[in-house]
Amino acid sequence: MNIINFFEALFQYEFLQKALFTSVMVGIICGIVGCFIILRGMALMGDAISHAVLPGVAISYMLGISFFFGAVITGVLTAIGIGYVSQNSRIKHDMAIGIMFTSMFAVGIVIITLMKSSADLYHILFGNVLAVRMSDMWMTLGIGVLVIGLVVLFYKELLVSTFDPTMAQSYGLPNKWIHYALMVVLTMVTVASLQTVGIVLVVAMLITPAATAYLLTNRLSVMIYLAALFGVIASVFGLYFSFTYNLASGATIVLVSALLFGTAFFFSPTQGLVWKALKARKNRVELMR
Amino acid sequence: MEHALKIERLFVSYLGNQVVKDITFSVKKGSLVGIIGPNGAGKSTLMKAALNLISKDKGDVRIFGEPLKKWKKNIAYVPQRSDIDWDFPITVIDVVLLGTYPKLGLFKRPSKNDKEWARECLKTVGMELFGNRQIGELSGGQQQRVFLARALAQKAELFFLDEPFVGIDVASEETIINILRNLKKEGKTILVVHHDLSKAESYFDHLLLLNQHMIQYGASEEVLQPEVITKAYANQFSFLQPKGVNVTS
Repeated sequence: MNIINFFEALFQYEFLQKALFTSVMVGIICGIVGCFIILRGMALMGDAISHAVLPGVAISYMLGISFFFGAVITGVLTAIGIGYVSQNSRIKHDMAIGIMFTSMFAVGIVIITLMKSSADLYHILFGNVLAVRMSDMWMTLGIGVLVIGLVVLFYKELLVSTFDPTMAQSYGLPNKWIHYALMVVLTMVTVASLQTVGIVLVVAMLITPAATAYLLTNRLSVMIYLAALFGVIASVFGLYFSFTYNLASGATIVLVSALLFGTAFFFSPTQGLVWKALKARKNRVELMR
Repeated sequence: MEHALKIERLFVSYLGNQVVKDITFSVKKGSLVGIIGPNGAGKSTLMKAALNLISKDKGDVRIFGEPLKKWKKNIAYVPQRSDIDWDFPITVIDVVLLGTYPKLGLFKRPSKNDKEWARECLKTVGMELFGNRQIGELSGGQQQRVFLARALAQKAELFFLDEPFVGIDVASEETIINILRNLKKEGKTILVVHHDLSKAESYFDHLLLLNQHMIQYGASEEVLQPEVITKAYANQFSFLQPKGVNVTS
């Protein structure tokens, strides 16, 4: 099967259209939010929160309500718990993250296992983009619009509180609330990504496209656009590979974004290892003359 | 006339230890004040607590007789260089532009005028040719000048600078102190955390000598008396000998 078949299938099957739309949306919002996550040094926190939504998702599932509420509640509780443990003891931030998120994840696994629904567990953990329902699609769209809206409206505040939190605080920005708002957004992004990449790999979509963009630009605004673009490219090609070769969509999407990162890592015009090495070599050669 | 800054009975703890103890002083509008003292004296802590950047145990801070809250946007703070992530994807001109943010309010983007003003501030510190560089590509002194430009862009009344002269070149130091003197002439009030005693007298008209407690506050030449300095630096012998201070007394 090749690209043309994929396009034919895309026109033919509604489930594939929904899958594509959802993955593109997830690529965009993960890219955008990921920029702030990595610049605030919260990559590990992103990993933690995305895993910690599992019990919330499981309980929502059990109660028959939307994933959204349970996920946000457990996600935020975990964020608060991490802050509480690290601020009130000698336990460091990264230790607190390691303890809290694995515990939450374990609780989630136990709940889902008790529900005797291991198929769902597999899909929640690794994603199943071809089973996206209409309601999931709308939720992802809603979350996407909300996230983009928030970033556009509060871009100025996000920039200054990320780059220089002390200055932000000195003129009265509520850093703490910005932090928790970002945690809420992070849990929403995780929920939106459940179907496409699954809980385990959400963090890759948050970090890898943003990190790729980070290697290519010196402006935050450009970085955000690039990260969204890389997220979309990863989603589209990932979906193609997933569909064509019958592979888990989460894994293929993440592999494409890793490939993009590798390319930027070696060939970025300013940061690329290859150019750096060539330049150093040229300088050495010139000195030998 | 009201004092530009009045601090009364300020106590601050850091990691459970009280490092700033019972500090009371006031600063007249249009003063250039140096906060000096040995390492660990609580200089930066005092400055941060005065601006409510860290919590204090006790104490009252008044700006022109009013609570700090009312004046927040009119206070420019220049952090220590070590507090900044120099790899951040931001250009020099955009750093200066941040100075216009406090007075912009929510949802408003910097206008053309704001950008013009930011460029002017960058010119004042002699960095206009570096506007499009990433902030980490500059030398330490250049970075410090850019952050001063940001403070200028804020059009503030009070300026707080935390160790602006650490690890920078002579030319940058000269530029910065000249700009601070000009600000003083314009009637702005400036506080600077500083550790180099040798230049303290020529740089500042008032000095606050600190070693957790307030040792002395007054005109620079009064504070820089050997017997006063000795009280603050009693256990830092080698540091004092070049100043001809008798430390055995």
